[in-house]
Amino acid sequence: MDLSFIVIQVLNGLASASSLFITACGLTIVFGVTRIVNFAHGSLYMLGAYIAATLVPRLLELSFGPVTFWAGILAAALAVGLIGVLIEVVLLRRIYRAPELFQLLATFGLVLVVQDLVVQAFGPEDILGPRAPGLRAPVEILGRRVPSYELVLIAAGPVVLALVWLLLRRTRFGVLVRAATQDRDMVASLGVNQAVLFTGTLFLGAFLAGLGGALQIPRAPANTGMDLSVIAEAFVVTVVGGMGSVPGAFLAALVIGQLQAFGILVFPKITLVVVFLLMAVVLVLRPYGLFGRPEIVGGGHAVGIASRPGASVRRETMVLLLVAAALAFLPLMGDAYFLKVAIEVLIFALFAFSLQLLIGVGGLVSFGHAAYFGLGAYGAALTVKWAQWPMEAALPAGLLLAGAGAALFGAFVVRLSGIYLAMLTLAAAQILFAVAFQWVEVTGGDNGIVGVWPSSWASGRGAYYLLTLALAVAGILALRRIMDAPFGYTLRAARDSETRAAAIGIATRRHRWLAFTLAGAGAGLAGALYAFSRGSVDPTVLGIPTSVDALTMLLLGGIQTVTGPLVGAAVLHVLRDQIMPLTELWRLVLGLTIIALVLLFPKGLVGTVQAWRERGR
Amino acid sequence: MVLAPLSRRLALGLAVVMGLGAAAGPSLAQQPPIRIGELNSYSRWAAFTVPYRNGWQLALDEVNAKGVLGGRKIEIVSRDDGATTGDATRVAEELVTRENVSFLFGSFLSNVGVAMADYANQKKILYIAAEPLTDAVTMGQGNRYTFRVRPNNLMQVGMLVEQAKASGAKRWAIVAPNYEYGQSAAEVFKRLLKEKIPGAEVVAEQYPALGKIEAGATVSAIDQARPDGIFNVLFGADLTGFVREGNTRGLFEKKTVLSLLTGEPEWLLPLKDEVPEGWTVTGYPWDEIKDPKHKAFVDAYRAKFNDTPRLGSLLGYMIVHMIRDTIERAGSVDTEAMIKALEDAKFDTVIGPVTMRGLDNQATMGAWVGKLVLKGAAGGMRDWTYLDGAAFMHPEAEVKAARKD
Repeated sequence: MDLSFIVIQVLNGLASASSLFITACGLTIVFGVTRIVNFAHGSLYMLGAYIAATLVPRLLELSFGPVTFWAGILAAALAVGLIGVLIEVVLLRRIYRAPELFQLLATFGLVLVVQDLVVQAFGPEDILGPRAPGLRAPVEILGRRVPSYELVLIAAGPVVLALVWLLLRRTRFGVLVRAATQDRDMVASLGVNQAVLFTGTLFLGAFLAGLGGALQIPRAPANTGMDLSVIAEAFVVTVVGGMGSVPGAFLAALVIGQLQAFGILVFPKITLVVVFLLMAVVLVLRPYGLFGRPEIVGGGHAVGIASRPGASVRRETMVLLLVAAALAFLPLMGDAYFLKVAIEVLIFALFAFSLQLLIGVGGLVSFGHAAYFGLGAYGAALTVKWAQWPMEAALPAGLLLAGAGAALFGAFVVRLSGIYLAMLTLAAAQILFAVAFQWVEVTGGDNGIVGVWPSSWASGRGAYYLLTLALAVAGILALRRIMDAPFGYTLRAARDSETRAAAIGIATRRHRWLAFTLAGAGAGLAGALYAFSRGSVDPTVLGIPTSVDALTMLLLGGIQTVTGPLVGAAVLHVLRDQIMPLTELWRLVLGLTIIALVLLFPKGLVGTVQAWRERGR
Repeated sequence: MVLAPLSRRLALGLAVVMGLGAAAGPSLAQQPPIRIGELNSYSRWAAFTVPYRNGWQLALDEVNAKGVLGGRKIEIVSRDDGATTGDATRVAEELVTRENVSFLFGSFLSNVGVAMADYANQKKILYIAAEPLTDAVTMGQGNRYTFRVRPNNLMQVGMLVEQAKASGAKRWAIVAPNYEYGQSAAEVFKRLLKEKIPGAEVVAEQYPALGKIEAGATVSAIDQARPDGIFNVLFGADLTGFVREGNTRGLFEKKTVLSLLTGEPEWLLPLKDEVPEGWTVTGYPWDEIKDPKHKAFVDAYRAKFNDTPRLGSLLGYMIVHMIRDTIERAGSVDTEAMIKALEDAKFDTVIGPVTMRGLDNQATMGAWVGKLVLKGAAGGMRDWTYLDGAAFMHPEAEVKAARKD
């Protein structure tokens, strides 16, 4: 490897770092002030690219020149800033006080909505923007050509950093932003108009996202996959840098840019895993990122199942068993497809219920529960494929692998709290996703593993349905028992007040770690059942959408109720199964449904019904 | 959009829950229509699949003007396959058990194609792969229920390597998306290179994740290896980013570049005037094919959709006409009768005769091979020839060794 090549690769890394920083900087500012982790930030970035790629060529037709080009880029970024304002006024303003989980989900719903709207507005084809006038020709550096636009990009990062720094240090708006980042309630108490401050912050954040996207157009086409691919990296940058810290984001972007530029030389096939590994390592060593501060509000956001001494556990268990017994007669009525959907509903019910132990009881908002679902599925499939064991052995193997994985990751996760905890669980899931996706020799990569069919006695639809029913109900009852055991109440104590729980001698970390392991094992059983119901596994079982599914089910059913996740799983899965065939805009429908749930029914279906009943009493 | 007839329960539930009114009843024909299931990645890979759907809709209209089996209409129930194996097999199951379709066709990504082939085998239902190109669909994962119309990776790469012989390039770099299609194409290329060009070696390999290329770094990593030939399997947004960086950095100068699919309008049009001239590609020069039958197809397509056809359009069009012929010959849509009618069947298609080889259920449809050239503001192909697929297919012994049936 000669010197000139290393220099070029460093420059490549710097250029990527700059664009990443510009985008992530917006994300971190928005988080600092509003405390919302904006999943839709990537969508704003994508919108910036699309708007610029459509707008700039038109402008260049009117008058060709660098001024027009850069004016077009700025105009696109401004337009995205205005979209950000719209989002703030219509959606975010209503959820500032909501628990983190609801905010994450609402912005994820926005991601889905924007994905479909972009295809509607800009058409299905990728749009390649024009090159920057005056910057077409490459520059020769050490005998190698470097696009001059890349050099401009490298400069753009520090320029944006300087401007943002000036804005934050030298203007009244900046002072307020910094004050709000430090203590939002104090700023409110001092009579600052929060509405204006928050709207302004969202404008700034969205503007930066749009700018990041618009600056991409001479390098890459605007396409519909941009949002999710940038948001994952932007998350890593903000978390590694410390949420809310602009210089931290800059440093993190530099590191990640270089890691990617040189990573593809050393490991051309495992590029995806490197960045998330970095994030996991940083969070383990420095729980609040490089420059982050511990969160002031701790536990105040927790939502969960109330500890109602009056609730009769025995009665609920009886009801659950009765329902299960009734469900056992389904094979007599439904056709094969109906049973398939029913099997999947049962599996997702167990999956969502295991998450309920973490979130509802333990107050640990996991954003990567798919990791354990996927570990269960892969554990079962790998056992069948490599050890040739039958289903009877593969199902426990899946459960054990997921439990072991959860124990391993959980040991690190429970050291954190709040949003950092959620991000570390996300990183864990993404690492596993990347491993499954890129370790082709073992996991089959994107193809996954096929031929994971049940043993012959359970191969009939009806038989497998009954098996799933038995195991899912057993799993749910076991988790239910755990929730109501002293162990579950200890978890609730730690959730509601960590300091008080610690003061009376509860080892909160160890309890949470155990809960994490148990929830992982429950999800693993669901995953293993899922693998055999489909006959195959592939990396999507580990993906972000799978985690979001579980969260949506929880939310839909009602996060403060015990039976919520079960109802949520049934309703969401049946809905999706019915909507997907009907319309290409199913992501739009699903996204709007999620947003509507967050805004209108934060208690979920079961929670709302319960509230009615209690009012009636 | 073809709205499937909805079961009443479903329509009712949706109208209540989502506030969507939906009403579409089955057309009242004298005889019940033949129902065929179709699934593809309409939202995730719209650039290819939307023109593809236009293509099969055009063909469907033509077929239904006359009807099949004495006037019966064909009805295609179309679904989004979600671009993942899990969604695709669930949607397939829904089509088969709920919509009572007689057989299935479609899908885009190779990994989804492999999963669909496994599904077809498991459920003993006919599946005609539309776009998945990996050899596995007709080789390792092949089975008697799975057929493919498009030329597979070995055939297309074979055509390109044939062209590369003359170039004299010996040091090759490979860049391919890291999933089934890219891996399979890269593997085939390495094999053919060894067989056909003595002394050639692969000096660099880059496998960016699909849709996530770091174009600048990838280009300079390839450049660093100083290859004199590049084999490219990228498509979509990855390709566009790669080409632009490569152009600026002079990666392609004085090098032989072989590129799969890049001449197809769906991937070529987004490149606009950045078209890398001189690349040897497989593609579809739709505007230069003079055959009157093909011209009639292009005219009808343009008239109906006010757009130019892509390769996907041609494929969708061809598949539905081949399905019509097969149903006529089989005399019913019974799976076994259809399989019998498909094996070694000859079709007179809009691009000439195509045979469905019974050995591996792979059609002999060929590809247009030529060099990329900039024509005005967009790319096209020059010096192209249509190479029939028959000469490039897997040898018989290899098929027998690979296939389990």
